[in-house]
Amino acid sequence: MAGKESIAAIVARCQDLFDDLDFKSARAWKEASPGRRVVAYMPIYVPREIVHAAGMLPLGILGGGENLEVIHGDAYYQSYICRIPRSTLELGITGKLDFVDGFLFPSICDVIRNLSGIWKLLFPKVYVRYFDVPQNFADAVGGTYYEQELRELKEGLEHLGGVRITDEALRASIEVYNENRRLVKDLYALRARAPWLAPTSEVYLLVRAGMVLPVEEHSQLLRDYLAAAAAEQRPARDNCRVVLNGVFCEQPPLNLIKAIEMSGCYVVDDDFMLVTRWLLDDVPVAGDPIQALSAAFLHRSAETSAKYQPLLALKGKYILESVHDNGAEGVIFAAPSFCDPALLERPMLESRLDKADVPYIGFKYAENSGQMQPVREQAGTFADSIKLWSTP
Amino acid sequence: MTTKTQGSRSAAAQAAEVVKEASMLKQKEMIARNYDLLTGAPETGRKVASTFVPGNLNELIMCFDLLNNLPEINAIQNGMRKVSGDYINEAEKRGHSEDVCTYVKADLGMMARGNLAPNGKPLPKPDVLLLSYTGCFTFMKWFELVRDEYKCPTVMLHVPYQGDGRTTENMRSYIVKQLREEVIPTLERVSGVKFDIDRLREYLRESARAEDDFVWVLESAKHKPSPIDAYFGGVYYIGPIFTAFRGTPDATEYYRLLRGEIQERIARGLGPVTPEGDMKDQRYRLVVEGPPNWTSFREFWKMFYDDGAVVVASSYTKVGGTYDLGFRHDPEHPLETLADYCLGCYTNRSLPQRVELLEKYVREYDADGLLINSIKSCNSFSAGQLMIMREIERRTGKPAAFIETDLVDPRYFSPANVKNRLESYFQMIDQKRRSVASAA
Repeated sequence: MAGKESIAAIVARCQDLFDDLDFKSARAWKEASPGRRVVAYMPIYVPREIVHAAGMLPLGILGGGENLEVIHGDAYYQSYICRIPRSTLELGITGKLDFVDGFLFPSICDVIRNLSGIWKLLFPKVYVRYFDVPQNFADAVGGTYYEQELRELKEGLEHLGGVRITDEALRASIEVYNENRRLVKDLYALRARAPWLAPTSEVYLLVRAGMVLPVEEHSQLLRDYLAAAAAEQRPARDNCRVVLNGVFCEQPPLNLIKAIEMSGCYVVDDDFMLVTRWLLDDVPVAGDPIQALSAAFLHRSAETSAKYQPLLALKGKYILESVHDNGAEGVIFAAPSFCDPALLERPMLESRLDKADVPYIGFKYAENSGQMQPVREQAGTFADSIKLWSTP
Repeated sequence: MTTKTQGSRSAAAQAAEVVKEASMLKQKEMIARNYDLLTGAPETGRKVASTFVPGNLNELIMCFDLLNNLPEINAIQNGMRKVSGDYINEAEKRGHSEDVCTYVKADLGMMARGNLAPNGKPLPKPDVLLLSYTGCFTFMKWFELVRDEYKCPTVMLHVPYQGDGRTTENMRSYIVKQLREEVIPTLERVSGVKFDIDRLREYLRESARAEDDFVWVLESAKHKPSPIDAYFGGVYYIGPIFTAFRGTPDATEYYRLLRGEIQERIARGLGPVTPEGDMKDQRYRLVVEGPPNWTSFREFWKMFYDDGAVVVASSYTKVGGTYDLGFRHDPEHPLETLADYCLGCYTNRSLPQRVELLEKYVREYDADGLLINSIKSCNSFSAGQLMIMREIERRTGKPAAFIETDLVDPRYFSPANVKNRLESYFQMIDQKRRSVASAA
């Protein structure tokens, strides 16, 4: 790829990766060289740099999506539990993840936490780690704890791969991911500036491709898209600009994103796949790389429901900043059914928006939701109300 | 079978006739006194800390002369007094999702409706929220929501989860550092009382005394017939040690009385005390996983004892500490022991550890099987319980069953469904016994 591909071709490639429930791309990467290892991870954040430095492929798993028929997975979960664990188990039980050597389950909620235990019981040969992150952000307290957790993860991966992860390799991986984060930021900045040039249905697929591709390949894809988007003329519509919040774990069907856009909303910020934007700045490549990753997490990482905000005055500030910095006119809360993090956070965010006089709506979805008409009607009415009543 | 209304009326009437044992009266008096202290705080000037049952640091809270208010216990009280449904409706009207924890909504709804304690007086605004983040994600959001209402100081104690089925020195020292550098300074500031580690040691010494008797009580269910019900009765037995009394002479005295009463029951060959008197016929010995339903607690319990089912061990009685696995508060290592206590709470243990514990209970208590009461609004307990059920059946060869209710939301307790499932389960156990007998 040399930056000459059309947007349509790039998006088509991302769509193929998105549709592929057999993970052929990751399988091909693994088969290309003996001894390669693949380490899967779930939302919301894992330090992919360490996996990469071990010469392994980090593989983001976000459930099975709308096209996976869940048969076995339903036998493990009650009806009142969200869908992502059951479709992820379906992927595992049906052998679609049989090439995965390790699986990291971050501390996002009790469902994903307990899924780590189920995975240990069902797949005892896989390296499974529940990846806990500190909720205390003082260097000498949470920092010391987190650094040791990172070192334990590093040792676990070294054992899995029979390799030693050197500081140099880790610094190189940090640099590779710094570049990827910069490109994702550029993509988000482009969309916020001119959302008609980078619709969210495309941005989503592009970022999603980063869950399965090697990071270097993904960065190239982002460069190609950014170049192609800048060169292409697309008409701007009189849409309203919204922030989409609550979509950080179980994913909505792609059609839901399209329905929001078709209803007259430009999504100018979102919390999809936060792992790509969790660390807000470049991580320093000088010094101890584990300390650098830890410090970045403690002091310069994204705010979301799964992370404690010690100061009441700062609680929910992130949604206001997202609205302000991206020139949004309203917020759409879309949360998976039974999602504790998103649904428990929402009333606090709503109260901040109320005080700032920012309009919002909310609805729930599942990754296999089929009917988009209600979403389109709700989002369309919201867009109309903003256009008619909110703009001076 | 009586109707629901008749059933609860008759149970209440019969309960009044049952002679209360000294331990029951003692606990009742302790709980009433604590609520009086809490609601009287504005007059007495006592300060109040709110915290959670798993990871409850009562000994530390007492070091600062703070009163301990436990919102989970308030929700349970409201569930048993059948007012939680209205509180939940109130919270949902205010924008809280129908999908989330009903303890949270019962608490927020209660606050919205005047925050009345069981003694009819309003609970005061807490002076500090001690967010002991142990084994439950919702705790973090719960106290963020409460902080939003009260705007009071809040201190987080993050307890790492035993993902790999073990605790590490890193986890332990992380908790100790938080205690030293965040929790204790915050409690000193709020209370105006300087921390005295010797005072903490004294409380911990008192805790360990009660813990010995508490474990003896739980393990008495190994007798046949079992002198206790380790679930429906067990929720009363855990009361003092899981809440605002651990580390007090009152708690020690409660467990001493209770142990004496149970010793007497064993000597007389008696079964557990139920709301309708002594349970006579014990046909099924069960291990139960998951919290009980509180809104129809007596009706739920009756479904068991009417059919001769006694619970001999339960996981719910371990949410506030796994003392039967050997843990005791250690006054020689006061902060470290608080860390170990938090790390060991049941819902902070990995799913494989939970399976191992339940398997051990089925075997050591010679149970007929495992019954899971899956709670709609508690993902910490519920996510993975069907896996637990399969594993226990596979490992023990004993039948397991699954019922679904909720903590304090009366909309999710369907008596007919629960009873049908229980009766089917008891038939399954009978069938299993017959097949084992015929194979022998």
